[in-house]
Order: sequence, then structure tokens, then C-alpha cells
Amino acid sequence: MAIRRLKHTRTHAHACMLQTPLDDFQEELVIRPLHSGDIYASFQFRTVWDADFMGDQKVSHYRLFPKSLGQVITKFSVRELHISFTQGYWRTMQWGQPYLPSPPGAELWVWFQDTVTDVDGTWKELTNVLSGIFCASLNFIDSTNTVQPSASFKPLGIGNVTDHSFLRYATLPREIVCTENLTPWKKLLPCGSKAGLSVLLKSEKLFHSTFHSQAVHVRPVCQDPQCRTTSMELRQTLNVVFDLHTSGQGKREWSLFKMFSRTLTEACPLASSSKVYVDVTDNPQFELSPATPLLTQAVVLGDRRTYSVYDLTQQASFGSSRSLNMLLRWKAADGEMLRPLLHSERYVAGYGLQAGEIHTLIYNHHPYRAFPVLLLSAVPWYLRLYIHTLTVSSKGKDNRPSYIHYQPSKDRERPHLLEMLLQLPPNSVTEVTVEFERALLKWTEYTPDPNHGFYVGSSVISALVPSVVAMDTNSTLDRPLFSSFFPCKEEASYFMRVYTEPLLVNLPTPDFSMPYNVICLTCTVVAVGYGSLYNLLTRTFQVDEPSPGLAKRIANVIRRFRGVPLL
Amino acid sequence: MLLCLTDGGIALFCVNPTSWQIIVFIYIYIYIYIYIYMGNVHSDKAGQFFNSGHTNNWAVLVCTSRFWFNYRHVANTLSVYRSVKRLGIPDSRIVLMLADDMACNHRNPKPATVFSHKNMELNVYGDDVEVDYRGYEVTVENFLRVLTGRLPASTPRSKRLLSDDRSNILIYLTGHGGNGFLKFQDSEEISNVELADAFEQMWQKRRYNELLFIIDTCQGASMYERFYSPNLMALASSQVGEDSLSHQPDLAIGVHLMDRYTFYLLEFLEDIHPSSTTNMNQLFKVCPKSQCVSTPGHRTDLFLRDPGRVLITDFFGSVRKVEITMETINLSSPMEPLPERINCTVHILYMCINKHIIPTAIIMYYVPRQKLLRDVFPCT
Repeated sequence: MAIRRLKHTRTHAHACMLQTPLDDFQEELVIRPLHSGDIYASFQFRTVWDADFMGDQKVSHYRLFPKSLGQVITKFSVRELHISFTQGYWRTMQWGQPYLPSPPGAELWVWFQDTVTDVDGTWKELTNVLSGIFCASLNFIDSTNTVQPSASFKPLGIGNVTDHSFLRYATLPREIVCTENLTPWKKLLPCGSKAGLSVLLKSEKLFHSTFHSQAVHVRPVCQDPQCRTTSMELRQTLNVVFDLHTSGQGKREWSLFKMFSRTLTEACPLASSSKVYVDVTDNPQFELSPATPLLTQAVVLGDRRTYSVYDLTQQASFGSSRSLNMLLRWKAADGEMLRPLLHSERYVAGYGLQAGEIHTLIYNHHPYRAFPVLLLSAVPWYLRLYIHTLTVSSKGKDNRPSYIHYQPSKDRERPHLLEMLLQLPPNSVTEVTVEFERALLKWTEYTPDPNHGFYVGSSVISALVPSVVAMDTNSTLDRPLFSSFFPCKEEASYFMRVYTEPLLVNLPTPDFSMPYNVICLTCTVVAVGYGSLYNLLTRTFQVDEPSPGLAKRIANVIRRFRGVPLL
Repeated sequence: MLLCLTDGGIALFCVNPTSWQIIVFIYIYIYIYIYIYMGNVHSDKAGQFFNSGHTNNWAVLVCTSRFWFNYRHVANTLSVYRSVKRLGIPDSRIVLMLADDMACNHRNPKPATVFSHKNMELNVYGDDVEVDYRGYEVTVENFLRVLTGRLPASTPRSKRLLSDDRSNILIYLTGHGGNGFLKFQDSEEISNVELADAFEQMWQKRRYNELLFIIDTCQGASMYERFYSPNLMALASSQVGEDSLSHQPDLAIGVHLMDRYTFYLLEFLEDIHPSSTTNMNQLFKVCPKSQCVSTPGHRTDLFLRDPGRVLITDFFGSVRKVEITMETINLSSPMEPLPERINCTVHILYMCINKHIIPTAIIMYYVPRQKLLRDVFPCT
């Protein structure tokens, strides 16, 4: 897609105008009906700014690029920043692959520039500042949940860094996403929530969904094909899956109004392109209204899909009612969904509160192709992994990884980091198991609700998956022989990241009323036991005459008057 | 004729004015007298509005309870947050601490909403909310650090209470409490002595001008018993030995939605708008025993002003004091200092005029001071 830049009028001969870098904003919404009846909407807002953050020039004039993020990037010398907040878990087998995967909770990974001397200190300050910007508890990211992956999470933007000491990765699986995170995210958009596609982002509908994920990705991209200068790209993405049954209607029918309780009325005036794509590859099963003549094909995630395009910058898209509300109505039952090629699961096995096992299963559903995957697991220190029990098996046989990077944990300082490069045989399940033992925490280290359990962050599986489109080797397309010898088609393989479920593990939890009980019991024992002994040892006894009868007492009184000795 | 300014018989400054200068002098005095007199007529109305002496407003709103059945405490805090935002205090001046997330809790049948009235009439969570401390961050240590300002260097601005000595601060606490303590998240508590000492630290560091402390817990009055710093006013929902009760459950959500005191406080605050003149005495009457079952209490002995002259919007709103002038001033040329010999008179004039700065609530016309000076003392 050609990028049309907003050109500033250069007829004014002001020196400052020539120095202002160009910026460009695009917004896009993709609606994809899923085979389970749910519907998946993915928003992307992209701002490209031709400013050079890595140079010496101080950037001070912000227009479309949000100032709060720009200042963070400049101050902490950030090359790439990826932060996501997710509520819910992406069900790969029912929904297919997401356009942008994300793990439940919060995930933050950052590549710093090589001018940074103290990466850990800068990382700590950066997490604190981001926690203020996004109203999230990112300040809980510290050395106990930060890892430095050695092979995964290569830079997504340009950059020929190979030194992974400038990379930091952390997840907070317990982090909650709610309106207070959406509000500052919306404030970063050039049009806010006032115009364009962002008017659809109403929290009451967005959070009443099965899956909600919002993310911010900042990375440097090439400005021209020779890549002599770089520009900074900011992508804000929001993925949401609306559930058919909780939206309260029997028949399968979706519309923009039903999903977001709003319709579109205009494009964002600051956007150079504002489009809505609806995935109509399964078109015979549903009808889409209003119809649009624009169709585009794209190969996404290894599959060739067809999309209907609504261009919001054209007034004609809105029709006579000045508002656009797409309606998808299903007529026939669904066909087969293309099975996702890579899928994974993870669970804790074992019983009791002493030991357990973590099992990670990775499924390769490709009929005849094997491909390698990188598995990254970061396990907190209080689950003490026994790496000598690590076994990797596929189809019942041992499968040795070709690359293992393991960094053991240090109590209260670092988590475990395990990275492996595994070769997955075709059409198989690979199982990775490792045993662990649960540690006993100090009583101040427990959260206020310790009986809920402790979370272990998702494992990350990164792979270059062979594409479905490339599965068709006996091509019927008419091509000359010299170009069709090697099986090299467009999009022969695509990059994919799969996140497993987070684990919830119960640690041995003390009874927090124990100090009170112990004090009561000890004091009672001390008082009764020691007190009695003390009395026995220190008590002196005196002989005491019993009190005389009444007659004797009167006689004693008279005797006292007379001065005579008493009875 | 010699006109002299004397101090205890010693002549400090004498002039021998001509008759023309005497007439001018008398004219000035009459003018000033009329002006001050006119000012005084308005000052009865304006008097109660400019005596507070604060220039900015802050609010620290804390909910200390965790778990779904304590929904009402979060709803309490959010309803005060909503009123405070509506009356003008911006998010950058509010520190909101919620110990648990009710809106996006999986038990909430209507996600991203927190209701205060049954039948889901009023959503106090809204669409534009910024929670500064949430979840496990709401601890006694963080609360005291926010109050005293002793935060680590990397704390972002939105999590700091950046008040100065001209700030009026509203502090609202809700949760479960007892005689002399308030429970934070079911795992620790803050005592009334600690709270009083924190306020004393704030006073000594000049972090507030006046402070209004509202607490809605059981035996809430015990929390303000130990205060000893000046300029503190406190309200509590119940006396020592009494329990604060919750208001009404909602059958669809399944929990109690609000506490009684804050429910009636919210109703009272919904009638307040930025230019209202309701004073604190009416706030003390909110939720009498017939409605609240417990007896609300208040403490004003440490407060220097009369509560009847303190506006609700002094603490709950952010009313800016604006001075209206009819003159346009051209600042292209540098300002010339006025001649030395009339300095003291000018100073007196400025002092008189500054006292009559009025809030936007009441728009009045008054004699612009620039015209006064230029007519009488032509700049040389």
C-alpha cells in the first residue's frame, strides 16, 4: 500500500517549517467473523514520523505523535517498545490465529539503544514512567520477573543489533485491564475518541467481550527503499472478540451497532487513510450490507483472504444516512475452518503442595512439513525447577533441542529463563516436561489474597511457519519453468508467535491468624504453668487463727476495754 | 501651608503644596473613600468568598477493601471521585486509590460499570477514569508516602500529591475499620495515631492550606480523635461503638452497592454546582440518624475559619479566582517604574484592591485600578 504523506505547504519560506519532520496517520479496522459464531475486530492506528530519535537533534515539536510517548522514548533511549494489556485468553483452535498475539495480563519488552550504560536502572525507571502513563501497576516489574531472552524477541523494526544485553522482557499475568487503561490509550490517538474509528471504542461494550487486548508498539522503520534515514512508527492496536451468546441474541447476526453500540459517521480528519476491511472469504455463508464494490486480496497468516473495503475518506461510503453500519447476516451453516498449524497448551501436573510438573505441549498440524520453534519460558524463582528432569519428546521418542539457553534463578532476585530451539516433526505433538518444587515464602512476601494462588507467566513460542498458500506444490498457475523449480512462492512462510496459558499455582500458604493464636496460647501456658510455679516457690505461709464465735467476740471486746489479755 | 506626615511628633515628610495640589489630594481621598465604601458593600457578599486563601485543590480518594463483596467501598470512592471531577478538579490533581477492581471483575454482570443506585441508574465508573494506585499498590506505606510526599524518585507525576501551602486537600477514606484503626486490604491496618502524625508532617512541610478529612467506615469518629495539626476539619459516618451500614443491595449484581453515609453524601453533592454557595454546616447535616442509623460526627475545633463561612466548593470543587479588568495593556514597551515618592500610597491602593478579588461565581463590575492610577498619578 503506497503511503501518502501529508505534505506541509512549503511555499512559506519559514526556516522552522522546513525543519519540522513530516508525520502521517492511518487508521484501519478489520472485522473477521470466526467459525465459532463470534466476531473478531482488530483496530490499528499507525503514526509514522520522520523524526530521528537516535540522532543528536532534540525533538520538541509534536503534532500527530503523542508527546508523552515521544518524551519517554527520547529520555530513556528506547529503540523499540512493545507493551500490551490483555484480558482473556486467545483460543487458537476455535478462532484461528490473531493478527497480533498477546499474552493474558501485561507484557512489556523493550530494546534499548546501545548508548545506554545502565540498562537495568533505565528499565526500572521506564517501567515506573509507563505505569503512570497507562494507569497500570507496571511498577511491579522488577528483577524478579524480568528476563533477558537470548534468541527470541528479535527487533521488529530495523536494527542490526545482536547484543541481547539491551533487551528486557517482562510479563505481569495478574494485571487487570479496564477502562482506566483504555482512557490514557485513547488519549494517545491524534483524534482522541472524537472522530474516526476511535468513536467505536466504548468501554462498556469493549470489556463485555471474551477477549480484549490493547497494545502500543513503537519501532524505527525505513523511510525510503535505500533505508538511509529512519522514521519512528507508532502502532496502537486493539483486538477484541465478541461472544455470540453473551451478546444476548439467538440468531447469528452481527453489525457495528451491535458490537460497539455506535456507528461510523466520519473519518478522522488528521488521517491520510481510514479504511474498514471485512473478511468475506466465506461469503456464500453470510451476506454483507451495505455492499461495496471494493475488494482486495491479501495473504495474511499464510492464507489467502478476500476483504471488502470501505473507505471512510470517501463521502459515498456513508450513504444517505450519513452513518456507516455494516450488517453481517448468516444464512447457511458453517464450513470447515482451516486448522491452525501451530498450537500449544500448558498445564501443571502433580498433587500436593510440595512438588509438581510443568507440561508444555506444542502441536504441529502441518501434514508433511517439519519446522523449528523457539520456546521461551520464564518461571518465577519460588517454583524451583529441576532442569535435570527436563525431557522433550515427540511422538513418544526423545527429541533433543538444537539450542538450549538456561539461566538458573536466584532466590528473590531473578526468575528461571529457559530457551530452546525445537524441531517439530510434521503432524505431531511435542511435550516438554520439567519438575519443580514449591518454595516457602516469607510471610511478608505473600499478597493480601494468597489463597488465590500465584501466577506463572505465559510461555512464548516463536516460529517461522510454512504457509498454507505454499502448500499447493503442483501449481496450476501458468508460469515459466525457470522460475518454478525451487518451491519459492510469495509468503512461503510467515512469522508467528503463540502464547500459552498462564499457570495458577498454589504455594504452601500459612494461616495468617497464626501469630494471634500462638500469642494467646503461649501467654496462657506461661501464665498458668510458670505462674503456678512462681507462686509455689515464693509464697510464704502464715498460721491464721480461725475467727471465733459471736459470744467469744463480744467477750473479747469487753476484755479489750478492761485491758485484760484476749481469749 | 505645610502638610506633614508625622510619627510620634517627628516630622517625616513635609510638602508645601499649592492650592491646586491640595484640591487634588482631597479629591484622591474622597475617591478612595467612596471606592472602599462601595467595596465594603460588596465585600459582605464577597467576604465569604475570598477568605479561604487557597489557590488550588487536590483530592486523595482511597478505597481500602479487596474482594467482590466489598463492591460498595469502591462505589463509594468512585461516587466521590465523580462529584469532585464534575465540580472541576482535574485528574492531574486527584490521587485515586482503589484496592480491587470491581468494574472488570469476572463476577460483574455488566463489565466496565460500577453502579451506585439499584436498578443500575447511575454508573459512577464512567468512561473517563484514571486510577493512580490500584490493586496491590494500595498499602498503608504507599498511602502515607503519598500524603507526606516521600516517594521514590522514579514515581510518575500522576501518583504524587504535589500540593503546596495554598492547596486545599480533600481526603476520603472508606473501607472496614474499628476503634482507632482502618483496615487495608485485609492484611494490614493504619491507626489514628499514624494518620494524625502524617497530617502533622504535612503541616510542618506546608503541604496544605486546609484539609477536609471524610471517613466512611465503622466507628469512623475514632480516626479523627487524635488529630492535632491546625486547619483540619473531619467528618465521619459513625461514632465510636457504632457501625456504618450499607444502603441497598442490587439483586442483579448481588452485592450491596453503596454505604448509607456516602449515598446521602452523593445525593447532597449532586445538587452542588461550581457556583453554589452551600457551606459546611449543611454538609454536617447530611445523613441524620433517621437515614443513616449511625450518628455521623464531625470535628471543627482545629479549623481556624468558621465552618458556616466555608464553601463546599472550597474542597470539592476547583473554583478559580479570576480578576476581571476592562483595560487592555500593551506590553511591547518595557514597564516604567513609578516615581519613588508616591510608592507608599500606591502600595496602599494595591492592598485595598487585592482584597477584592472575586471568583468567577459572581460577576461584578468594579472600578478598574489602572484608570484610577493613570488619572491621578500621570506616569512620567
